[in-house]
Amino acid sequence: MEDFLVWVVWIVAALSLLTSGIAVVLFQNPFYSALALIGNLASLAVLYLLLAAEFVAAAQVLVYAGAVVVMFLFVIAYLGGRADAPWAGTPSLQSLAAIVAAAAIAVEIVVVIALKAGDELSSPAQVEDSFGSPAEIGRLFLGDHLLAFEVTSIVLLVAAVGGVILGSAVPKEKRS
Amino acid sequence: MPGPGVAAYLILSVILFATGAFGVLIRRSPLIVLLALEIMLNAGNLALIAFARQTGTGAGQIFALTVMVVAAAEAVVGLGLIVAVSRRHMDLDVDKLTTLRG
Repeated sequence: MEDFLVWVVWIVAALSLLTSGIAVVLFQNPFYSALALIGNLASLAVLYLLLAAEFVAAAQVLVYAGAVVVMFLFVIAYLGGRADAPWAGTPSLQSLAAIVAAAAIAVEIVVVIALKAGDELSSPAQVEDSFGSPAEIGRLFLGDHLLAFEVTSIVLLVAAVGGVILGSAVPKEKRS
Repeated sequence: MPGPGVAAYLILSVILFATGAFGVLIRRSPLIVLLALEIMLNAGNLALIAFARQTGTGAGQIFALTVMVVAAAEAVVGLGLIVAVSRRHMDLDVDKLTTLRG
């Protein structure tokens, strides 16, 4: 019974993940694209929960759907109508090449995973209930992966300073 | 592990990554290119967490959280660049922003 329920949740989340992903790419209005991205990130969070990654699922909803998408929406609102990007007329050679390239990437990844890990994918490891819990993640971050934790904080600081500088610079021709 | 195996999650991740790559290649608006990039990064995250569940080690989830931070930093810098471009009254079209082309 539990197996059946997990399958139902998985199929609903997977369908919503793929349709919202395609919607992000195909919407003309960037505002709708950003809103579709929220659905994409929420379905990903559901899949993370099924994979016993509770803390990552919570961080996904808070950091992405909460902070990053709101920042996108602010910039889209700031740019107004200039942000709209209608399709460039009839399907061109460029769009055909894009479809071929994306399909090639997908096939390559599938082949590589099947060749390197095909035999090991059938039997997942037994994990304890605490796997992926905030306590476990905190222990790993401040123990085995302390360097990654500290480097991450520097990356965030540099990005914040860079965002301020990029956003506040006045064009030269206007200054004189 | 009830429900679908890790291979199902990986196939989902591959389709999502290809969708994002398609968006990056075909769209002209830098804003939607950034949104498609976020989709690609999230597809990578899904694969990382699926493998973390497969091997039973927490390192994959730590890596996914780090990728999340890098994605947030990338969004900040990318949006800053878009705002700077729009302040110079240039077209918001990645095909027309060719000043740096060699």
